[in-house]
Amino acid sequence: MTATLFDALLALLLVWLGWRTVVSTNLFNAVVLFVIFGLLMVLCWARLGAPDVALAEAAIGAGLTAALLLEAYRDLTGNDPHHVHDVEDSPLRWPLAALCGLLFLGLVATGWQLAPPTELGETVHARVAESGVENPVTAVLLNFRGYDTLLEVAVLMLALLGVWATNGPHATLGSRQTLDPDSALIDAMVRLLVPMAALVCSYLLWAGAHAPGGAFQAGAVLAGAGVLLHLAERLQPLGTASTSSRALVTVGLFVFVAVACYPLVYGGRLLAYPDGQTKALIFLVEAALTVSIAHSLTLMFSGGRAFQRGRR
Amino acid sequence: MAVLDAFYHSLGWLWLVLGAGFFLAGTVALIRFPDVYSRLHALTKADNLGLGLICLGMAWELGWGRQSLKFLLIWLLALLAGSVSCHLVARFALRSGLGPDDPP
Repeated sequence: MTATLFDALLALLLVWLGWRTVVSTNLFNAVVLFVIFGLLMVLCWARLGAPDVALAEAAIGAGLTAALLLEAYRDLTGNDPHHVHDVEDSPLRWPLAALCGLLFLGLVATGWQLAPPTELGETVHARVAESGVENPVTAVLLNFRGYDTLLEVAVLMLALLGVWATNGPHATLGSRQTLDPDSALIDAMVRLLVPMAALVCSYLLWAGAHAPGGAFQAGAVLAGAGVLLHLAERLQPLGTASTSSRALVTVGLFVFVAVACYPLVYGGRLLAYPDGQTKALIFLVEAALTVSIAHSLTLMFSGGRAFQRGRR
Repeated sequence: MAVLDAFYHSLGWLWLVLGAGFFLAGTVALIRFPDVYSRLHALTKADNLGLGLICLGMAWELGWGRQSLKFLLIWLLALLAGSVSCHLVARFALRSGLGPDDPP
């Protein structure tokens, strides 16, 4: 009973927050509301029994996206707290609202017609032992549907290339005053949080085989540490990519493609892991993916193409 | 022993309710207090204590063990993040010329 009440409250709050985010004319309010929306989404995923998605949502949806939106807001207002940026009414808002409404109705209709998902879930659970890992989510992502994940990683790399292309090679980077990097408190926080983020990252990567976790969550946590280092000016983004930066961005995709093609050498099928080496290969792919995801997300946040040690 | 058990669990619930009370007080202060600095003061103090009590209550009710250390860690991390962000917000407000009596 209490649980049902809690879920109902959560669902209502989500809808209300979504509505407030959309209709808010104050940009800062909209950003804050959107971040709270992300945090409540984390609770929703946890209540739905999907801790993997909850972790990813917490790290990417609520964490990195929030930092990105606030950074964008600051760029818009030019660091002036009295400058309130109001959203102007766009003539496109009604057509857009109608389109979104149609999309929503389409999604509802599709969801309604979908067969109950038990069949697929049961198949995965029945065959998870063959996948080399015990966590069914990792089994699906890296083994049963490895093809999807491979393309996803390629999409992430393409997104970074898009950021690089739009920024131009000589974008002004890191010249703005950011976090008050001289403060003793910032120093203490960086010293404590960054090693802890690295620890959590390795744990999530290792735990992915048998518990919620995996490359995306681990990479996002490490990227959080990278964003902190960038804001505290310990990492200085550069406008030109170095060889090591390119290597870090691409190593995940390279390793994944190499592991995917390896079976072709002895006449196997693409992405079919050889018997007995499945777990080791999945871990290898996930470790490489973690590095690439973390580096790509941090670069996307800073708009840079590589990093060097900052001034502090 | 049943009486002792009941006493033990009622204490656990007491921590949880007290913690929620501190959160409530902090939130009321955030809405009602007049300026940035008193709001920050009330919010961070009350929420830190509230979270500590809730973590204590959870560890109390779930039994002492490895997860108790996790609750402790959660509280310590929140203390760290809370004090640093409070400091940053206050410093930013001060530098942008907000006085102690100015509305935020």
